[in-house]
Amino acid sequence: MSQQGQDAKFFQRGKIEEFRAELHAAETKDKKFVKRKTVLKKIVANITMGTDMSPLFPDVVQCLGTPLLEIKKMVYLFLVSYGRSKPDQIHLVIPNFLQDCNDRNPLIRALAIRTMSYIPIPVVTEALSDNLRHALKDRDPYVRKTAAICVAKLYSADPRKAERGGFVELLRDLMLDSNATVVANAVAALSEIGDRQDGVIFKLNLATANKLLAAIPESSEWGQIYILDSLLRYVPEKHADAEIMAERIIVQLQHGNSAVILTTIKALLYLMNYMENRQLIDYICKKMGPPLVTLLSSGPEVQYVALRNILLIIQRRPTVLKNDVRVFFCKYNDPIYIKLAKLEIMYRLARAENAKEVLAELQEYASEVDLDFVRKAVRSIGRLAIKVEAAADDCIQALLDLIDTKVTYVVQEAVIVIKDIFRRYPGKYEGIIPNLCENLDALDEPEAKASMIWILGQYANIIDNADELLDDLCYTFLEESTEVQLALLTAAVKLFVYKSKADKAKELVHKVLKWATEEADNPDLRDRGFMYWRMLAINPTVAGEIVLSEKPPITTDSDRMDRGALDQLLLHTGTLGSIYHKNPETFIRNAAGKALKDSPALNAHSRAVLIPLARTQLPPMAPIVVPGPGPTEPQAQSSPVAPLPPSKSDNADLLAPQVQPQSGPTSQDPDDTLHDQYEADDDEPPPTRQASDLDPYSNLGNAFGNYLADEPQPMTSRRHADEDELLF
Amino acid sequence: MISAFFIFNQKGEVLISRLYRTDFKRSIADVFRIQVVSNPDVRSPIITLGSTSFFHVRVNNLYVVAVTKTNANAALVFEFCYRFINICKSYFGKMDEESIKNNFVVVYELVDEINDFGYPQNSEIDTLKTYITTESVVSATQAPEVSSRITAQATGATSWRRNGDDVKYKKNEAFVDVVEVVNWMGSAKGTTLRADVDGHIQMRAYLSGTPECKFGLNDKLVIDRGAAGLSGPSSGLADRGGGDAVELDDCQFHQCVRLNDFDADRSISFIPPDGEFELMRYRATSNIKLPLKVIPTVTEIGTTKVSYDITLKTTFSPKLSATNVVVRIPTPLNTTDVDVGILGTGKAKYVPAENVIVWKIPRLQGGQECSLSAMAKLTSTTTRQVWARPPIDVDFQVLMFTASGLIVRFLKVFEKSNYHSIKWVRYLTKANGGYQVRELT
Repeated sequence: MSQQGQDAKFFQRGKIEEFRAELHAAETKDKKFVKRKTVLKKIVANITMGTDMSPLFPDVVQCLGTPLLEIKKMVYLFLVSYGRSKPDQIHLVIPNFLQDCNDRNPLIRALAIRTMSYIPIPVVTEALSDNLRHALKDRDPYVRKTAAICVAKLYSADPRKAERGGFVELLRDLMLDSNATVVANAVAALSEIGDRQDGVIFKLNLATANKLLAAIPESSEWGQIYILDSLLRYVPEKHADAEIMAERIIVQLQHGNSAVILTTIKALLYLMNYMENRQLIDYICKKMGPPLVTLLSSGPEVQYVALRNILLIIQRRPTVLKNDVRVFFCKYNDPIYIKLAKLEIMYRLARAENAKEVLAELQEYASEVDLDFVRKAVRSIGRLAIKVEAAADDCIQALLDLIDTKVTYVVQEAVIVIKDIFRRYPGKYEGIIPNLCENLDALDEPEAKASMIWILGQYANIIDNADELLDDLCYTFLEESTEVQLALLTAAVKLFVYKSKADKAKELVHKVLKWATEEADNPDLRDRGFMYWRMLAINPTVAGEIVLSEKPPITTDSDRMDRGALDQLLLHTGTLGSIYHKNPETFIRNAAGKALKDSPALNAHSRAVLIPLARTQLPPMAPIVVPGPGPTEPQAQSSPVAPLPPSKSDNADLLAPQVQPQSGPTSQDPDDTLHDQYEADDDEPPPTRQASDLDPYSNLGNAFGNYLADEPQPMTSRRHADEDELLF
Repeated sequence: MISAFFIFNQKGEVLISRLYRTDFKRSIADVFRIQVVSNPDVRSPIITLGSTSFFHVRVNNLYVVAVTKTNANAALVFEFCYRFINICKSYFGKMDEESIKNNFVVVYELVDEINDFGYPQNSEIDTLKTYITTESVVSATQAPEVSSRITAQATGATSWRRNGDDVKYKKNEAFVDVVEVVNWMGSAKGTTLRADVDGHIQMRAYLSGTPECKFGLNDKLVIDRGAAGLSGPSSGLADRGGGDAVELDDCQFHQCVRLNDFDADRSISFIPPDGEFELMRYRATSNIKLPLKVIPTVTEIGTTKVSYDITLKTTFSPKLSATNVVVRIPTPLNTTDVDVGILGTGKAKYVPAENVIVWKIPRLQGGQECSLSAMAKLTSTTTRQVWARPPIDVDFQVLMFTASGLIVRFLKVFEKSNYHSIKWVRYLTKANGGYQVRELT
């Protein structure tokens, strides 16, 4: 069965001259071609190690005459590596190629066209064209399936030439081949061509799509993926077409290959946009859950892909995995990237019914070692409090326990989330402020510090020594980050509004305003300073009303992705885009974007939120973010939002008002809205969005500070920097 | 799709380098070495720089790496890497630096064969072995008819099995191994936070010709098809397994199993590959029989001592036994020494380098119970060390036991020559790093 080679010794750097001499010596007295084989192995090992072996080109190609398959393959490998750089010498091998193209052995024929098509220079492609045309009609399916991919290679070398040569039509014909492997490769090649910005458009009609489906049972697992993937190029005109197709592919969810499963899910999610039968949609959602969970028993890499996709899928189809929060609990020895991804899903699946369980897990994680994980766990406790009102008391208790540990990064994280909890449940938890104040010295990160300062300013009326605490914090005003300075400025003004009679407050606000307007370099800080100063000077009462005005309630609606954006992103299920939750055209140069296509069968809601495809230019401009206390500014928004009435603008919070301990939750319980949305994966048009459109926090990617900071994301290449430069 | 494929050793040296596309030069390997191999804190198996993405899988200190400039299908790329690793294991017996270097020419042949222009191609080991061998083949002597048979198989509907006439066994045998990994997370109070089983059925088929197999389990249909209002009766199927039926949450099959048949009547029918393969994987979460009970009592005594009382109880029949039981009990980082005592069987010692007490029990009979008590002494530390409080981990194996209760009902083999075949079934339940109880103090 398995036998060990002994070739490790060839991994030694050698000189071109030596190899040339050895090849020369091997031309005579080379029994069974052992010598040639040895030299070639040394050469291949050197290519592997990165040594340039191209000067040996004329010598190596001499070996092509050797009737040993192993030697032929090594020479071919050499040609694939260096052929492109030797356009003046490549003609030496063309006769050998042509001879092999007509070999009686199908494996040799396929090898020849496969190798030729890897050398995309005119001399070779010229010679390949005719042979490839024959190969596409070869009687052997192995040659045909190889030829199909060769067309894609030819097309990428010279699209117009491939089109002129009629190869695209030949490929299209291969989609109807009797052999499933050939069909699958033809589909793969056409998809590749169709994804090119300069490529011919590849669409499927119902008849062809059905023919492709028929090839699935006989296809290899990879072939199944290529075919399933191509179904997104078919646009159902009738609900029934989409429904029948989904029923046909749903069995593939039982396949052992995770890529088959995820691609099937992608196709199902896509087809569901065109379905009407509510029961069938529910059934499909139900069927998708278990295979997704099973993916969590695969290798960690596939688990990661699955988790990132699950996070997207459950936002669009919340019934999938609704009751499965437990399977996402972290195992102690999960790799960190899996733990972080699971945490996000746990939060999404948390409801009043399972909040206790989820909280117990989060508390457990908060005592682990990995910093990112612990912080995210602590933050999740806070987010859970905001999301599930019934769990808020327990969450607050958990956060207080964590603060008692005095572990600095835990305390800081807790302070940041507590600030949001105060806003979510006004008048309910302010009693814990003293506990927070005890840990003032532990805060050294700007965000945590700014959060604490916000709390001090906002509740200066109920914190007896707020003036002293703020005064202490102001000692280092000029050294602080802008985020903290802005927070201090606003807090000082709020303190003054509350306690305008107190000398200390007066003194403090004066000091801070002076610093902000005279000493600070940051224009935002200066402008805000001037604005406050002017307001206080003109009419302190009105200033008070503005600075302490009622803030819009905080909700968790905002961290659900926009429906239209989700629909679009889910067209990339299983791909890199689904890992980063970004449309590929936004981070990959020349990547093809996708959008749902309108048809009579497209459900009304999907149509209403449909985002047409925009060709984005890379690199995109980074949004300019001005950090400030409280929730950060909304970032560039994908969907238009109604203009905000000035009094409710995001910064209203900075500018104003009066804590009115409200009795009970706000009129429209955000939690209820959340639950409504939870069930609302139905495809009815949405109820007219009222309040939420006006709510500056809807569509706010980062209403909770930067908890998304540890989200996986592509590393951005410097703007204008040629990435080839970066990658050598 | 995949543009480049590499294998690196731990030092970041390239052992295999294959560029499928011209959008990269070989020097792209240097970027991976800098970003991943020499980076002590790699936090993702996928790294994207600009438009370039690197996917990597680690195996025995090797990195198997695929590079792309497209929005590649991430699941497919990883599955391809896994498959490549399996092929190497099958060809060379193992997958490590030595075996790759010793067989690099064959590896290059394989890499050229199983992927074309970045698109994974037929990668069924049985078929590959018919035309990519470690022995030299003289190209002229290979008869075209032989090759045609190979190509027919490599592109055919049963690409995983050689032509029937080429497979002959004197004795026709099939071995079925049901292997279950049981995961359990217990709270310090002994309650179950989570218990589930990842099972897989491994089959070794040494059967002549083209055998048609039918496989039966005592599973019960979990997903209620009736709820969807589709055609077909909703009941009837559900109680097929009888009284002792197990509930499987999900199952997934090898490429050879006809999924349409399974969908129609839950029958598992297939023509098996020759030799060893994974027939199916399944998952169960209900009625999990935990083979071992772990009852921990961990008490902090002041700040200088921690006492441990751990009791292990087997829950299965006295005829069976758990073997290779290893209990790992983490101790605080500032532990100086531990006194350990054992009641019953096994040996235990404190391993300072890992901060754990390791308790090994070679064999534990069904119905037996044993316990360990230990006292860890701590140094007083001035600074508070962050200690993650890892859970107590238990490792073990139990033969002829399934935690899910799954039983192989039958395996039928039909072949046109109508030979007699012998079937063997074995069951194994084991923990695999996921059988843990928290020692909350």
